[in-house]
Amino acid sequence: MLTRDVVTAWTPILLSRVGEPNSEKIGAYLRTGGYEGLRKALTMTPDEIIAEVKASGLRGRGGAGFPTGTKWGFIPKDAPVKYLAVNTDEGEPGTFKDRLIVERDPHSILEGVIIAAYAIGAHRAFVYIRGEFFLGVKRWIKAISDAYGHGFLGKNILGSGFDLDVSVHRGAGAYICGEETAMIESLEGGRGEPRQKPPYPAQKGLWQQPTLVQNVETLANIPHIIRCGADWYSTIGTPQSKGPKIFCVSGHVNRPGNYELPLGVTLREIIEEHAGGVRMGRKVKAVIPGGASTPILTADQLDVPMAFETLQAAGSALGTGAVIVMDETTDMVEVVRRTAGFFVHESCGGCTPCRIGGKRLLETLNAVADGRGTNKDLLKLEELTAGITGITFCPMGTGMCEPVSSGLARFRSEFEARVA
Amino acid sequence: MNGEAVQTKPVGNAIGAAIVDPAKQSILLAALYIAQEQQGYLTREAVERVAKRLGLRPGEVYSTASFYTLFRTEPVGRYVIQVCDGLSCYLCDGAGRIAGYVGKKLNLAPGETSEDGRFTLEMVQCLASCGTAPAMRVNDQLYENLTPAGIDAILERLMGEV
Ligand SMILES: Cc1cc2nc3c(=O)[nH]c(=O)nc-3n(C[C@H](O)[C@H](O)[C@H](O)COP(=O)(O)O)c2cc1C
Ligand code: FES
Repeated sequence: MLTRDVVTAWTPILLSRVGEPNSEKIGAYLRTGGYEGLRKALTMTPDEIIAEVKASGLRGRGGAGFPTGTKWGFIPKDAPVKYLAVNTDEGEPGTFKDRLIVERDPHSILEGVIIAAYAIGAHRAFVYIRGEFFLGVKRWIKAISDAYGHGFLGKNILGSGFDLDVSVHRGAGAYICGEETAMIESLEGGRGEPRQKPPYPAQKGLWQQPTLVQNVETLANIPHIIRCGADWYSTIGTPQSKGPKIFCVSGHVNRPGNYELPLGVTLREIIEEHAGGVRMGRKVKAVIPGGASTPILTADQLDVPMAFETLQAAGSALGTGAVIVMDETTDMVEVVRRTAGFFVHESCGGCTPCRIGGKRLLETLNAVADGRGTNKDLLKLEELTAGITGITFCPMGTGMCEPVSSGLARFRSEFEARVA
Repeated sequence: MNGEAVQTKPVGNAIGAAIVDPAKQSILLAALYIAQEQQGYLTREAVERVAKRLGLRPGEVYSTASFYTLFRTEPVGRYVIQVCDGLSCYLCDGAGRIAGYVGKKLNLAPGETSEDGRFTLEMVQCLASCGTAPAMRVNDQLYENLTPAGIDAILERLMGEV
């Protein structure tokens, strides 16, 4: 038995309200400091806000981890029309944090939306929400209409002279629409096929206008940063990963669920202390640390701090912070087949390596998993992943390969035992 | 959140449509949801009506509709049961077992609709309920922490309702 790390003492910031009854209502939000960040923001200049967000060190929580303040700074100041798009498409397998915030604390996101729009000078924001999130749609709409009623949206917000309108748009069952340019296509009423980058949405997004795309959890951090300051915020976390993060823990643990902790907490602490350890006293075999598209880690990597830079050094990624725990009884070949199978199924088919390569990848994995494969198939899997990784039109193709290459590299004996 | 009922009306899109949008195409998905409400799927006439109202060609409307799994061009059962086939639900012994259990009770394989048109069974991707796995949806309602007994209760209620 390894000695345990000191358990992080942590009072939730992002999830401080979600457990309370009626937490989604504007009254509850206002009673707990809600919209104070906005009031303060409206006394600041847009440049001051952008500087504060940059100084906070906040990085995107939608998977890519891009520095948020830097992205705001990319939006051209002189453009006559700018848009903000809120990514509520949450579809990365293992991830269930955005749905929780939208359902239980939608105003915390909306306050972030208004501050972000003010900072970049956008007067129109679009909320794009996964089509399956029925309750989330309802909660978004109620929050928006209550915010209009209280003067937080519409014309001349709180007497500041700033105007903002927000509308809600449902997706219709396509994982790829979480990718920012695919989301833009979908918001424009088209097929959700990603666009070529560059130009990035910050230059040419919705209707070819500069567009800021931001994840729900990212936006929920903004009111706290403005209200309490970047100096406070940047004391939380690690050198390159600041702030609190919601970790979605699922799989073979005793207490699955969403756990908000400071970035830099170890994977071991999340699993053993917060999620109650592995079910039935079993041992960990493997962990996917950041959602289905992040490389699989082994049991001897549990002491890795959960931060962008440390997970990258460990050969994986923080992704969305979705921790999927697998115990010693897990069939890793099946896990790889299912995970890759998801991406193959969700490929938009727009580019050849993802469409055809993905199909071959899944055929080969099926052969191996079903016991019809040979050693040659394992080589083929390596060739295919090497061929697809990095050359697809959008990062989805690479995401498809990550579970396969990491699974093969780190659990090779299980694959070898399956083939003739 | 078990059993929390949610309005099926695409109110979100109604709001999206009500506020002036920079282009009429942006309300296409919303219009398709509304068009799908009546028959449960997009009939040829519905697609043509949407195209006409928005000044688009029916081909353009089809092209968009066919991209999204929530838009259906074939009839489905009155209750569409979608069992999560995602990794976390699989790990929690869900995916196969739950679908198998529901399938046996309704005598349906995934992808099939019962002859009386009441039930369709589908396997779907992660429903963002992995912390409360196994999960499934029936129309607009999400069910979590599923057990065989829980499923019995859900199905009995649905059968009684029809
Ligand atoms: C295939 C794919 C799917 C994605 N799905 C989502 C998603 O569901 N939600 C999300 O916020 N970001 C998703 N992203 C990331 C977005 O493209 C984008 O980086 C993000 O919304 C930016 O917001 P952030 O900087 O606040 O994270 C996805 C990216 C890819 C490549
Ligand atoms: S895997 Fe079933 S809800 Fe996520």
